[in-house]
Amino acid sequence: MRIARLLAVCWWFQLKQMTKAGLFVFTSIIEPLIFATLAYYLFKAGHRPGTLLYAALSAGLMGIWTSTLFGSGGAINFQRWQGVLEPLVASPPPYALILFPQTLAAASIGLYSLASTLVWGRVIFGIPLHFVHPVAFAISIVVTIVSLGVLGLVMGASFILYREANALSNMLEFPIWIVTGVIVPLSLLPGWIHPLSWILAPTWGYRAIHNAALGGNPWPGIGIALGLAAVYFVIGQAVVVAFERRARERATLSLV
Amino acid sequence: MAAIEAENLRRTYKQTSGFLRRRTKTIEAVRGIDFAVDEGELFGLLGPNGAGKTTTIKMLVTLLIPTSGTARVLGSDVVDDARTVRRKIGYVFGGDRGAYERLSGLDNLRYFSELYGVPPKVQKQRIPELLELVGLTGRERERVEGYSRGMRQRLHIARGLLHDPPVIVLDEPTIGLDPVGARELRHTIAELARAGKTVLLTTHYMYEADALCDRIAVIAKGEIVATGTPAHLKSAVADRTVIEIEAYGAPEDAIRRLRDAPGVTSVAVEDREHAQLLLVQAPQGSVLTQQLLGHLDGVRVGRVTAREPTLEDAYVSLVTEN
Repeated sequence: MRIARLLAVCWWFQLKQMTKAGLFVFTSIIEPLIFATLAYYLFKAGHRPGTLLYAALSAGLMGIWTSTLFGSGGAINFQRWQGVLEPLVASPPPYALILFPQTLAAASIGLYSLASTLVWGRVIFGIPLHFVHPVAFAISIVVTIVSLGVLGLVMGASFILYREANALSNMLEFPIWIVTGVIVPLSLLPGWIHPLSWILAPTWGYRAIHNAALGGNPWPGIGIALGLAAVYFVIGQAVVVAFERRARERATLSLV
Repeated sequence: MAAIEAENLRRTYKQTSGFLRRRTKTIEAVRGIDFAVDEGELFGLLGPNGAGKTTTIKMLVTLLIPTSGTARVLGSDVVDDARTVRRKIGYVFGGDRGAYERLSGLDNLRYFSELYGVPPKVQKQRIPELLELVGLTGRERERVEGYSRGMRQRLHIARGLLHDPPVIVLDEPTIGLDPVGARELRHTIAELARAGKTVLLTTHYMYEADALCDRIAVIAKGEIVATGTPAHLKSAVADRTVIEIEAYGAPEDAIRRLRDAPGVTSVAVEDREHAQLLLVQAPQGSVLTQQLLGHLDGVRVGRVTAREPTLEDAYVSLVTEN
């Protein structure tokens, strides 16, 4: 109960904190709109009008990944700049329980991306927002956000130890879009990429979202995404503990 | 049981340089120190910049792992039982960073209350009390980015007290504050000690340590060079006299000549606006003034006075002679 409250309050606090960064929110809305517009014209040129909703959803999901990626790593560097990393580490909860609500908040900010691309698609291009399984659609979005937040925890851990870890963030944006099947369906990718896709929780989350919106069974995707998120959490927690200890040994917590 | 115990506590840092030929240099920041702070005591760790005060504090608050030695807070080891130590300590550090700038002071306090497991009902009562204590009532809903340095510092103090810790560690809390703000803060620290808290304070302001601390440990170059009450430390230089010489542009070699002069125990230099104040310590009864002025030949000299030593002179003597 105590942990649930800690996670909920910290998530809300971090969400509030990130929302005050107007530019962060602005970019998480604008960039997906550009992708959505390009995707709309590409799909239209391909004479596949039935997949226009797929294009709008995919652009939104790309935005969710971007905000998770930069928000998760950026959160720790931001804490360094503001001098709050040390007080946070010196507080009693395990640091993983402090970091996870932040990465979850970063992923949640991505909802702006999804909402904006769907509204943009509806208003500008007249794409009908008809979801085949609306309840499953909402659940699959929540599960995807959680799985991304946990993935952010695993990645964010490296920022405790390495101040330059943002190079990692920059490197991971585009490959994950491709490998998780958000740009093109996985079936179009070479076979050797598939195992990599399968171990990424967002792959299953995105698949569940697409199935819930466009038709298909979303539940296997939801289940696998949740299972993988649980595995990531165990890994992320262990990595955070190890990296936090290493940072205390190497005296890197106070470095900006 | 002592509230804080440090035994042979040591911390080194490794610095690497070079690209192809990596060179590693080991810096000894704290060289095996021992001290103990009793429950309810206000203990000062006093030393110049770079003496190892902050490194010591960071080991005690679990932010740094000691290279060797042990430290305990109310019986809990700072490495093996870090989470228990974190619950028992309120950590306040100096400077104007350390809060979420875009959020209000109140939001910052609420967030850290959650981290320290303060129940919501208690938060509702304690946060206004602390805001009152540190003089931020009425400003708590403003964003921290608009706070002055003094307000941020007071916010840090409130944050350190949210969970009502039995041990409070203050690392140079008055650094950068204006004289009025610093005096108010010293008053707050004294109140905490009166309320029965164990307080460990680091500072390089002698008068602050003198005014507040029950006992002081003087740290220099990573080693504790003296421990005792302010009166005890003062007594170490009671048999000396201090000659103050106001000089204008005294070069390094002239100061070195003063240091090497027979009968001189130590020389400290304070830079004033347009002048330097040379504080020469010598055994009481020495008649050195003419000899000292001879070493400053060619240097414009202003007022020269002799006086009894103060606690600051004791500190200067301990730091420079060790």
